[in-house]
Amino acid sequence: MTGSWGRRLVGCAAIGGFVLLFAPIAVIVVFSFNDPVGRYNLVWQRFTLDNWLHPFERDELTSAVLFSLRIAAGASVVAGVLGTLVALALVRHRFRGGSLVDLLLVLPLTTPEIVMGSSLALLFLDLGVERGPLTILLAHSMFCLSFVALTVKARLRGLDWTLEDAAMDLGASPWRTFRTVTFPMVVPGVVAAMLLSFSLSMDDVIITFFVSGEGDSTFPKYVYGSFQRELAPQVHVLSTAMLVGSLGLLALSVVWQRRRSTVRPGRA
Amino acid sequence: MSTRVGGRRLTPYLLVGPGVAWLGVFFLVPLWNLFVMSLSTKRSRYDFDPAFRWDWSNYGDVFGTYGTQLGRSFLFAGVATLACLVIGYPMAYWVAVHGGRFRAALIGLVIVPFFTSFLLRTISWTVLLADDGVIVRASRASGVLALLRAFGWINGDRLLDTPVAVVGGLTYNFLPFMVLPLYVSLEKIDIRLLDACGDLYASGWSAFRRVVLPLSLPGVFAGSLLTFIPATGDFVNAYFLGGTSSRMIGNVVQDRFLVQLDQPGAAAISFLLMLVITAAVLVYARVLGTEEMTS
Repeated sequence: MTGSWGRRLVGCAAIGGFVLLFAPIAVIVVFSFNDPVGRYNLVWQRFTLDNWLHPFERDELTSAVLFSLRIAAGASVVAGVLGTLVALALVRHRFRGGSLVDLLLVLPLTTPEIVMGSSLALLFLDLGVERGPLTILLAHSMFCLSFVALTVKARLRGLDWTLEDAAMDLGASPWRTFRTVTFPMVVPGVVAAMLLSFSLSMDDVIITFFVSGEGDSTFPKYVYGSFQRELAPQVHVLSTAMLVGSLGLLALSVVWQRRRSTVRPGRA
Repeated sequence: MSTRVGGRRLTPYLLVGPGVAWLGVFFLVPLWNLFVMSLSTKRSRYDFDPAFRWDWSNYGDVFGTYGTQLGRSFLFAGVATLACLVIGYPMAYWVAVHGGRFRAALIGLVIVPFFTSFLLRTISWTVLLADDGVIVRASRASGVLALLRAFGWINGDRLLDTPVAVVGGLTYNFLPFMVLPLYVSLEKIDIRLLDACGDLYASGWSAFRRVVLPLSLPGVFAGSLLTFIPATGDFVNAYFLGGTSSRMIGNVVQDRFLVQLDQPGAAAISFLLMLVITAAVLVYARVLGTEEMTS
């Protein structure tokens, strides 16, 4: 073991890292209670609850958030379905080309977003597809697909697939086996991956810049532009609310998983 | 794994098909378009169908005009990756070894920032690094600013609009991508190995250097890639935190493509960026000897 001094040093460094990670988040939360002077909510003035009482004051901001939520929902559903199918094939079957598929899944993660964004813009330009909500959805679902397939694959690897055979041996039909054994085993991993996709899509700015039309204002695009226009405290309010909301969802999913894990899949 | 009957041999392809087609159409085909466009010429600014003619001059222009920004991007991303490693390793190690029952929750904290807007977090750094803020005042008092000036990384008496702020922003934004893979590789290490080192009279440091570090190399590899690659192409941090003298290649591509409408030029830069990154990744893999760990 590391000596007690080394141990203390590592502990301090780790705590420092976590503080760093949360410092800007603290700023966001604190500044949601600020009463700014002028157009930019960047200098602390005084405490107010006003912003929280009027979170939807800025129409443009509200519609940008709603637009992003819709895109994120669509993208995570498309990526969730397609990615899970790919993961199932890779874990449950051995087939020619499997390792190529593995490689194809990793490539989008090792390609800078600026490259994917500009190349997608060219594709849509070549095809004569006008850039708009649809092209944003397609682009987001593409990079989310990789994340879903890889995370679900990792989860499926750890499951005990002999349970399926056991169910069949005990006389369950294939459909019933799927419904009562396979599906419940697979679902928590898929839900987690889709949540991740949702937040990735919600937050994407670089690719979105290239594949969105002039008038399509996603939440990140709005925030980017707000740096030249006006940074209203409502941006901080809605961000804080979304943070609390997603943490709540995460907590719920943990509780839900704990509860239903009566059939505990073994670890590989 | 259960045995599959002959009729089911198609099943994996049916499962994989839609996803692969999706990535083919929206990832691979566009890369081809990018390559073709990088060798095309536009007759005018509003020529939306540039002619393909093996026009390598676009590539020549990149080095001539944007060599500085390209070099700067790799430098910034490299320093940020190193900083992420230095900051992230203790975090991952501490949670993996001393986290105990709370390991999962503690490592979960690392992804919490993902649930707030990446842009707004970056903008928040302008508040933290403000000229009369705590960080700037503390670095001034402790002589850190003077030190940075001596190295030529900042000019004046502030941190905002300097390369230091941009590298700091990149480090901050991609830190979770370093910590998570490091944690995954550190978590797998059998803690009894460390006890064994102690029993064999290895000091803490040599146990770390000879046992823990080699076993965590896959995490170092994956984490560095997941940090370095997005950091190289990023333009958000340079936009919010850097001045005109710290523009990165991402800013150039964005401007060329979306503002100047010079798609061939932008395509050449993008394609070149990808090639250089791929080469860098291969060299890095060779150095670490972890070629089989890419997946």
